[in-house]
Amino acid sequence: MGKTMAEKILARAAGLQAVSPGQYVTARLDLLMVGDFSAEIYDAFRDIGISSVWDPSKVVALVDHEVPAPNVKVAEQDKKRRAFAREFGIAHWYDVGRGGICHQVLPEHGHVLPGSLIVGCDSHTTSYGAFNAAGTGIQVPEVYWAAAKGELWFQVPETIRFEITGTLAPMVMGKDVILQIAGAYGTDFALYKSIEFVGEAVKEMSLSGRWAIANMGVEVGAKFALFECDEKTLEFLRGRTRESFIPVESDNDAEFESRYCMDVSDLQPQVACPHDVENVQDARGLSDISINQAFLGSCTGGRLEDLAIAADILRGKKIAPHVRLIVMPASQEVYRDALSSGVLQTLVEADASIGPCSCGPCVGYHSGLLAAGERCISSSNRNFKGRMGSPDSEVYLASPATVAASALTGHITDPRLL
Amino acid sequence: MSNTVFQGVLSGRVWKFGDNTTTDYIMPGFAHSGTAAEMAKFCMYANRPGFAAEARPGDIIIGGRNFGCGSSRPASRNLQTLGITCVIAESLSRLFFRSAINLGFPVLPCPGVYEIFEEGDTAQVDFRTGEVRNLDSGAAVQTHTLPEIAARILEAGGVVELLRREYAARPGHGRQTSP
Repeated sequence: MGKTMAEKILARAAGLQAVSPGQYVTARLDLLMVGDFSAEIYDAFRDIGISSVWDPSKVVALVDHEVPAPNVKVAEQDKKRRAFAREFGIAHWYDVGRGGICHQVLPEHGHVLPGSLIVGCDSHTTSYGAFNAAGTGIQVPEVYWAAAKGELWFQVPETIRFEITGTLAPMVMGKDVILQIAGAYGTDFALYKSIEFVGEAVKEMSLSGRWAIANMGVEVGAKFALFECDEKTLEFLRGRTRESFIPVESDNDAEFESRYCMDVSDLQPQVACPHDVENVQDARGLSDISINQAFLGSCTGGRLEDLAIAADILRGKKIAPHVRLIVMPASQEVYRDALSSGVLQTLVEADASIGPCSCGPCVGYHSGLLAAGERCISSSNRNFKGRMGSPDSEVYLASPATVAASALTGHITDPRLL
Repeated sequence: MSNTVFQGVLSGRVWKFGDNTTTDYIMPGFAHSGTAAEMAKFCMYANRPGFAAEARPGDIIIGGRNFGCGSSRPASRNLQTLGITCVIAESLSRLFFRSAINLGFPVLPCPGVYEIFEEGDTAQVDFRTGEVRNLDSGAAVQTHTLPEIAARILEAGGVVELLRREYAARPGHGRQTSP
């Protein structure tokens, strides 16, 4: 019997010939992304009496959820994060101005290798599936175990094979594809499962589009959201890593829990309406919804391609007078490239406010939050009630193109109708 | 933070929360910088204001499908702080399930559980057999027991306790072995 991508990666990491869905295994981690939870690990290790991480070269730590420190409490946490990196000899530590949002930074710095098993202290760790890596989230306190031992238990997931066919129309992005999937099948259709995205549309799609889909795999419940490794993946990795890797593909006779097929040729720009990611409608039917804020950023929609398509839409124009457009490049590399290519200048001239490389309003902790009665259209990933500030505010999720078009008009706008 | 030690059988007054109850509701981002007690005051503030004030130690949450979806934040800490003893739901998000077990907070996926309870009923959950019973109506549903690894972590009181035992036993490590 053939095997799926998830089964192959978990079997290798567990040191077994083969594994099957439902089986419990203990797997060695290829990489641990502790994100900004290093402060908690630092405290817990001292408390428990753990003096070292299992392999300092395989731990990546950074700051992203609250950057730069918005208050003294966070500043004190940041101090601990730096102490963790220093005292535990963490090889890969990205401080303010050196990194950005974890799921952007890790691939950019060559840490995410095809065929690898990665866990991270963030739900959107599924992002690494865009690079053929089985990435999934964990949290404190389990990360203490992972950091100390470099291994974790997993139940081998069943696999959904999701074929995407057709050709995406201009101004329709990977984000629209995953919103359409969430709307059609619900936010739990892949619960505990691994999804494999394959098909002609996937091959044609930019890596950035795949990245957005894998990122939001967790929004439909997935444990892993995997893509095959192809020339686009290899091109991205060139010059970023010297490590060897072995990509995985599912065997022809692999056993899938289910198969889905979706043609995206007629797909329209999609919007997830409050307060659920599965509450999805066509953007063109929502033009009577006015907005106060537009957010372009996050690990879902803050890449160069995302900022560039927004700049194309806003070039030589001003956003609507009553709207504030907040732009946060997902990483220092994105920021630099958007700066040198003139993208940021175009956005600034359109009256965008450019913020630091941070999760920003998406996580609802500290910046760009919403007051009662306000509405935001956002290229981020969650629109739960109160997610971005007041419980009486509303968040609409859309592609970067739709966010830019809506910022321009002041109401939700299909970018093809401008 | 109160740490609910896994007892095997739990019973208590029922609160019901529907489908897709997110960790953003359970542990809101806008309150994340407070102390444990301050954070817990805002548990379910967006979807059900008043819950945190009315919840009593010993209460049980019965959830719909995909309970605990969304962020990986350790949301069960807020439920532990309020004294909620367990969450039994139609289905649980993978992250919430793992996070809860590792925090020593009992949770159990149980299809069919939502409809056999009205809010305020008394539930009895037997983690050893997988039976969830409404002590008022007598209705019961049967589900799978927790996987062995999860039960072991729960019985220890969470993954920190497991680590504590292991590192305390190592020479040169842990406070207990310090001279």
